[in-house]
Formats: sequence, structure tokens, C-alpha cells
Amino acid sequence: MKGILAKKLGMTQIFTEQGERVPVTVLEAGPCVVVRHKTIENDGYAAVQIGFGLKKESRLSKADLGQFQKAGVSAREHVCEIHEEELAAWPVGKEFGAADVFADAKFVCVSGVSKGRGFAGCIKRHNFTSGPRSHGTHNIREPGSQSAHTFPGRVFPGKKLPGHYGNKKVTVKNLVVVKVDNDRNLLYIKGAIPGPKNGIIVVRKS
Amino acid sequence: MTMNIESIQHENKREGLEAFRAGDTVTVNVKVVEGNKERIQPFKGVIIQKKNAGISATLTVRKMSGNVAVERIFPMHSPRIESIALERAGQVRQARIYYMRDLRGKAARIDERK
Repeated sequence: MKGILAKKLGMTQIFTEQGERVPVTVLEAGPCVVVRHKTIENDGYAAVQIGFGLKKESRLSKADLGQFQKAGVSAREHVCEIHEEELAAWPVGKEFGAADVFADAKFVCVSGVSKGRGFAGCIKRHNFTSGPRSHGTHNIREPGSQSAHTFPGRVFPGKKLPGHYGNKKVTVKNLVVVKVDNDRNLLYIKGAIPGPKNGIIVVRKS
Repeated sequence: MTMNIESIQHENKREGLEAFRAGDTVTVNVKVVEGNKERIQPFKGVIIQKKNAGISATLTVRKMSGNVAVERIFPMHSPRIESIALERAGQVRQARIYYMRDLRGKAARIDERK
């Protein structure tokens, strides 16, 4: 699948010709640059490493800097690998944007790191229903019963309990591409996308 | 990389809508499709609410159609709205004049804003 790195700019709405309002997330997709080709002979798997967003060279480690110098491209803030044969034809150093990847795309898959919610209870984390707030109850936001008693005599693995929620890679599949702005590398995708504003997102053609 | 969501929203906005206020009488010219023809249908009434929400901003316009009150909520930046014209500037104290819903006839008059 062809893919690109993008920055989430935020959500807005756009109108169709018929006047319907469509909720969209706007992504700044590119310009990205091919940094390196990984091959089966060399690395054990085939992939294309792409970079996005400029970074000061003085802020890079020498190891990272060496990677960019070898490719002959200026230093990039974010790098990711895309497993795609079509991209393998693109030479190292080639710059590309949203139009090159998504010109004829109808649907995309989007991966990003979701917003961190810290240690969250069952209601937020697993959509449990809350208990009654009145009539002297104490189980307003409690997780409820864990398991039965003598049999099985234990709590089953994977029981939904409070814990850390969010700040985890989330992929949403088959989102509709509403518009591609070629000149400014903007991608308008219908609906919400994981992560905060200015979060870095991997967008793949589905 | 100086793109932000506000500037993208701003591109699709219609200009000159800031002037309208609650209490104003306006004519909203709406594009209506009938069969395969398109025509413009005016809707004249009093603004009872203006929701300022960037590109999603709306106007609630109320009019008396005979004996029946009609309220329509228009997305201000929608392409289906051909134009909005100010008929009469009204002087009211509230930003949202829902009390108009309880008033009829002479009581439902609004002073003109100077």
C-alpha cells in the first residue's frame, strides 16, 4: 500500500454542492522525501523509508545525521517505513506530496497515536455504564463484579478493568477521501482521526 | 509549514456576515431545486439567534407565515444560500431573543436600531 507521513491540522466542515455539511479532518500530507530503500538482501525485508518535516541538523545525533547525509537529503523530523513495491521505484531523494500518492484514492487507512488519557476507569476506557447516582449507592463509577466465586475461583485474563488508556497506536481503516489539495499537499478525510492536533499520522491507501 | 486549521476554514467563508445581529429583519435567498430547475426562494424574517462558530456558524430566522410561526436555521456559509440581505436593523437587549416566540401581534414589534 502506498503511504505518506502527514500532520493533523484539525477538524472543520466543508459543504457539498447540494449544501450538505461534511465533517472533515485536514491533514498536511507532505512534502515527504525518500530517505532509503530497504531490500530483502540487505535488511531481510523490503520497505521504503520516508522522511517528513524539516529539522535542524544540530539537533540530530551523528548516527541519524549520517543517514540523511548518505541519502543526500536535508534532515527530517519524522521518519517511517512504508512497505510498498511501487514506491521502491522512486529514487532516494525524490520529494513527493499528497497528489503523488492519493491522486486517485477514494479510501485511506490512517494510523496515529491516540490522545493519552492516563489511568482511566472502566466507564471511559471500556464504555461501562455507570451505576445509579442517588438512593444511597456507592457504585457510581465502579467496575462491578470481577468473576464468579468457587468456580472458576479466579479472574479471567483480559477482564476489562481500569488502567492506562490512550497514547497507543490506533489504525482506522477505510476512511473516505473528500478532497486532495495538490498545491498545498492538503488531504481532507471524512470523520475523525486518532491523535491530537499537530500529531504525526501515517496515511496509507486502502 | 505555516498552515493552520483557522486559515483553511477562512477560505470557504462568506464575507460580510458580521453585520447581522439578533433582532434584525433579513431576507435569506435560498437556492431550491425543483425537478431539474433551480430557483431562488426568499425567506424573510427576524433573526432570533446567531451562532458564531467559524465555518459552522448559523442564523435562526423566524417569520410569521399567516398564523403559523416558521423558524429556519441556515448555515451561513453554505453554498445553497445565494445571499442574505438586511431589511431592517432592530434594537434588542438580548443576543438571543427567544422571548419572541411567546409574543404575537403588536407585542412582537422591535424598535429600529439607529
